[in-house]
Parts: sequence; structure tokens; C-alpha cells
Amino acid sequence: MEHENSVFHAVRLIEEKCRGCVNCIKHCPTEAIRVRRGKAEILDVRCIDCGECIRVCPNHAKTAIADSLERLRDYRVTVALPAPALYGQFDDQIKPEQVLQGLIDLGFDDVFEVAFGADLVSVLVRRELQKPGVIRPMISSACPAVIRLIQVRFPNLVDHIVPVCSPLRIAARLARPEAARRFGVSPEEVGLFFISPCPGKVSAVAEPVGYRTSAVDGAIPICEVYGPLSRAMRDRKAAGQPQARVRSSGSGIGWARAGGENQAVALGRQISVDGVHNVIDIFEDIERGKLSQVDYVEALACTGGCVGGVLTVENPFIARRRIRMLSERPGPEDAPGLEELVEALDDSIFRHDEPISPRSITALADDMEEAIRRVERLERVLETLPGLDCGSCGAPTCQALAEDIVRNEARETDCVFVLRKRVQDLAEELVELSSKLPPAMNHQQVDIASWADGVLRVEEEPAPRS
Amino acid sequence: MTIEPLEQLVQSFEIAGQDFSRAGEVSSKIRRILQQIGAPVETIRRTSVATYEAEMNVVIHAQSGRIDLSADRCAIQITVSDVGPGIVDLDLAMQPGYSTASEEVREMGFGAGMGLSNMARCADDLSIDSVVGQGTTVKMQFRTNG
Ligand SMILES: Nc1ncnc2c1ncn2[C@@H]1O[C@H](COP(=O)(O)OP(=O)(O)OP(=O)(O)O)[C@@H](O)[C@H]1O
Ligand code: SF4
Ligand SMILES: [Mg+2]
Repeated sequence: MEHENSVFHAVRLIEEKCRGCVNCIKHCPTEAIRVRRGKAEILDVRCIDCGECIRVCPNHAKTAIADSLERLRDYRVTVALPAPALYGQFDDQIKPEQVLQGLIDLGFDDVFEVAFGADLVSVLVRRELQKPGVIRPMISSACPAVIRLIQVRFPNLVDHIVPVCSPLRIAARLARPEAARRFGVSPEEVGLFFISPCPGKVSAVAEPVGYRTSAVDGAIPICEVYGPLSRAMRDRKAAGQPQARVRSSGSGIGWARAGGENQAVALGRQISVDGVHNVIDIFEDIERGKLSQVDYVEALACTGGCVGGVLTVENPFIARRRIRMLSERPGPEDAPGLEELVEALDDSIFRHDEPISPRSITALADDMEEAIRRVERLERVLETLPGLDCGSCGAPTCQALAEDIVRNEARETDCVFVLRKRVQDLAEELVELSSKLPPAMNHQQVDIASWADGVLRVEEEPAPRS
Repeated sequence: MTIEPLEQLVQSFEIAGQDFSRAGEVSSKIRRILQQIGAPVETIRRTSVATYEAEMNVVIHAQSGRIDLSADRCAIQITVSDVGPGIVDLDLAMQPGYSTASEEVREMGFGAGMGLSNMARCADDLSIDSVVGQGTTVKMQFRTNG
């Protein structure tokens, strides 16, 4: 897939629904939204697809584009790769076996659990942590919104990302040859579909970071399969037929909730942080060198972990409890040892095959000399702004507007307070000028001044102090 | 041939001593500025760690202080000066693990005695001037290799 200059984003605006209310700009962790001409506008280079704006928009004007079940027709053989969070979406009585069988009943030829990929990644992360001299703390590579957050806001931390791919990627790398063999087709004829809790993963499927090509062919939101899947499971239960086989262990499924990855890795001094704004706080501490005593940081953009993804259905707290219960399940008894499996596989399938490069959005210009001039101008511009962070200019804060101004992407008069002040000054100057006349006409002065008064109607009441 | 003078950025920030709720604010601001001017990632990393340690030393050990930043294409200069007790034995203070921090401060996770040695490790150049009973000035330079 081509991704040299553009960044693919699953998060989109539905223009007709947007009322320009500025709610979203305030919550965006990378200040990636501006309101212009009454509509929100997502700035591609800044957006990390965390879905925070989808969560907060009162008009449901933010959405995520993704694939639908229709796309199954495009492939001879299709395999569903369900996110561990999917198991947390249904009643307590519904077992993972039923969920997998339900996916097959929906039309997939086979399933391959991302939770099983998580089982393997747990082994690999443990191995990384045991290597001598590795950078501390290491940061989990599982959440794509976090990876993009690091790229744009914490470029210093790129080297902290654990050099192991995500559970989804491993699952996909194993699923494709397996399905090709089983159904006697070529690998390209297999369509792999991730059942996704979030737009971040949808984007990662369309345009992976750290890999040259995507291992997955499409991503379908959990909320899209939820209805048909629930019906399929009900029908199957009525028919009393056998269920699909689960190969993941409870720990692999546990990755769906915050703390689950750490529990599965279970090594060293770990911390788990969820919610994108909390992740930012922790990353700032890492940048200050404050967390060198910590070995591993599980960082998830959604509160509660992937069960809190914006494309899920069930209340995240309820789903989280279910996942915790499921995570106590032992793995299948006949399962091959994970350690041996990891040994048997080629190491390259677990690795990024491209560096995760910083894409800092903070620099005010490419050229440092120019950037320094802009930082200086920024200070002066900031002094003229009221510091109220009111959002009427369409930028999230006065600071953000000032940055836009020095980048020549906004004007000082975009601030209503600056504009008002300018209008006032102008009005005063007009009145003042109107009383001035060339000496030769001086005898008319009084008349002209009262004429100006009438036309301008400059009100005398004092302006409210801000 | 004329040589254009390098564009230079100069800014100053106040630090409130003993105010733990705002501790780290100045070094965060400085890091942001360095990102804004597009300084190399590696230089920003070292500068942030060292500036944070120096800021914390003012918060923990002194009454008040300030940080002066100057930056150009080639180097970043950080000067942290405070009004405070000063450092009695500089060689001792520089030793990793040496700390006079109170029990209370240690409970907050500071006082491992690693600050000054971290600063020495991160900075390309470090000099400390201290007058007991008056205060301390720490000067650090970070080259950008640019
Ligand atoms: N600005 C300062 N004013 C007065 N004394 C200082 C100052 N900076 C350092 N010191 C003295 O030097 C000692 C060592 O400083 P250093 O920063 O290495 O460790 P620390 O601040 O005690 O602990 P840590 O930095 O690991 O939290 C301090 O305990 C203190 O006695
Ligand atoms: S925490 Fe999970 S659901 Fe949320 S953005 Fe990250 S990967 Fe997606
Ligand atoms: Mg210190």
C-alpha cells in the first residue's frame, strides 16, 4: 500500500451533522481538530485515530470508516480475526467457543484468534525484557493509537517501543498460510478480516506503522458484526450443534482489558496505564527520565483497555468484568507449548520490518532558524491573546491559535477579543480623525464632527473588562 | 563573504521553591520549545532529563530560582540559578547516591542522590557555582551536532 506522504485515517467527519460546537477540539489529545467555516476539520498529520472525538461529539458527527461484511465476497476463503475484546460483548453464558462458531455461521470460512497472537506476544515480550541492557522502560506496541501518539507527540520515545509486533499482526502472519493450506488455495486468495474494537486498529490495518505492508485485508467494527453475530449464536444454540475450537489461553483473552497484557507477561516492574490523557502524563514522566526504575509500560489509549474501544457495544466496565472472568480460563490442554512454538517460528515474523519513525508535529518550521524566529513571535502573539481558551477561534487553546498564527495558518483577528479590540481602536481613530480638518476649512469643524457622531453612533458605555 | 549571525532564542522562567504541585512545569515548557524549534530528538532527550533534575533540585533544596534558556542551531544553554543554602561539598554532592533530602521528600520518590550525576551524564558541559548560604548556579550546555 502507498503511504509515502499521506496518513490514512479511519476517523472522519460527517459534515452535515457537525454544528461547529467546538466540543471535539477541546478533547483531542494531539490538538488535531480546528473548526473552520462552522465545521470541524481533522488535520491529517496530527490525528492518531484514538477515537476520542467520536466519544465526545454530542451530534454524532464523528465516525469511523471501516469494512463491512459485504467484503467477504471479494475472497475465495475468508478468515475472521476477532479482537479479544469481542468475547466481552455478550452475556456471561456465552462462551468463546460460541462466539467463534458464530463468526463461521456468519459466513467466514475459518477463525483465527488474535488472543492466540497475544499468547505468543506475551512470550516474546518476556524474552525482550530478559535481554541485558535494553532501554527502560519499554512501551507496549499493542495499541496503534499509542504508537501514533508517540510518533507525533513523543518522538523521543520511539526507541522505547518494544521491538515485537502486535498480537493482530502475528495472528495474521500465522493465519494466512494455515488457511491457504487447509482450503487448498493460494495465500492471496485468503481474505483476513480483523474484528476491530477501534478506529486505531482499522487505520493500522489499512496503513501499518513499522511494516512495509499490511498483513490483514480488512477490518470490520465489533459494532457492525454484533447484531448478526448475536442472531447466529442464538440459532446455533437452538440447533444444539458443536462449537468451534478455542486455542487461546485465558491470559491471551485477558489482553482485552487494561492490565491484561502485564498479567500475561508477568515479569519485572510493570505499570499499566489506560486512557489517552493518562498515557500522555506517563509519557511525560518517561521523557523526564522519571520512570527508569520501571521495566515495562502497558499503555492503552482507551479507558479500561480495548473493551473501551469506541467501536464496541457493551458497556466497558461490564465487558471488563467478563474478560477478567475469562482470563482465569486455562489454555486448551492439547495446546503445544507456546515457548516451543515461538522457537519453531521464524523470528522475522515477530518483528517490525521498518523503523517506526518520529513525525513530530511540534516543530514550527522545518528550518531551525525560521523556527526560532517563530518561537519568538509566538511569545509576542500569546501576549495579545486573552488566555481564556474559549475555542471561538476554532483552535483548542490560545496557545494553539498562536502556533497556527506563526505557522501562517490562522490570523490574529481570528480571536474575537483581538478583533473586537481592533474594531474599537479603529472606531476611536475614526472619531478622532473626523474632528481634524485642513486649516483652510477650520471654520466648519463643529458641523463635521457632529455629522460623524450621527453616522458612526459610537457608544460611550465602557467596554466590559475581560 | 558575509556570515549571517545565527538566530538565537533567549527565554527565562521562574521556579517556585518547595512547590511540588508545579514541579517539572518549567522543564516541560523548555522541552516543548525545543521541539518547536525542531532541535534533534537526541539533544531534546538529554536536555529534558538534565533540566528536570536541575529544576527539581531547586524545588527540593532551595527557596526560589530561575532557568535561563538560550538556543541556536549549534547548542542549547541552560542556566539554573537559585537562592538557597548552596552546596557545601561539591565533590561529595556529585557522587551518585549522595543526598541530603529529607525523609518527607524521599517518600515522594526523590532524594536518590542521582540528580547531579544524571545531569553530568546528559550534558556536554556542566559547571556549578555555589556559595554556601546564598545559592547555586548550574550551567549546562548541550550540543545539537547541527
Ligand atoms: N540547588 C541546590 N541547592 C542546594 N543543595 C543542592 C542543590 N542541588 C543539589 N544539592 C545538594 O546535592 C545533593 C545531591 O544532589 P542530587 O540532585 O544528586 O541528589 P538529590 O536531589 O538529593 O536526589 P535526586 O536528585 O536523586 O532526587 C543534594 O542532596 C543536596 O544536598
Ligand atoms: S486501547 Fe485498544 S481499543 Fe483503544 S485504541 Fe488502543 S488498541 Fe484500539
Ligand atoms: Mg536532585
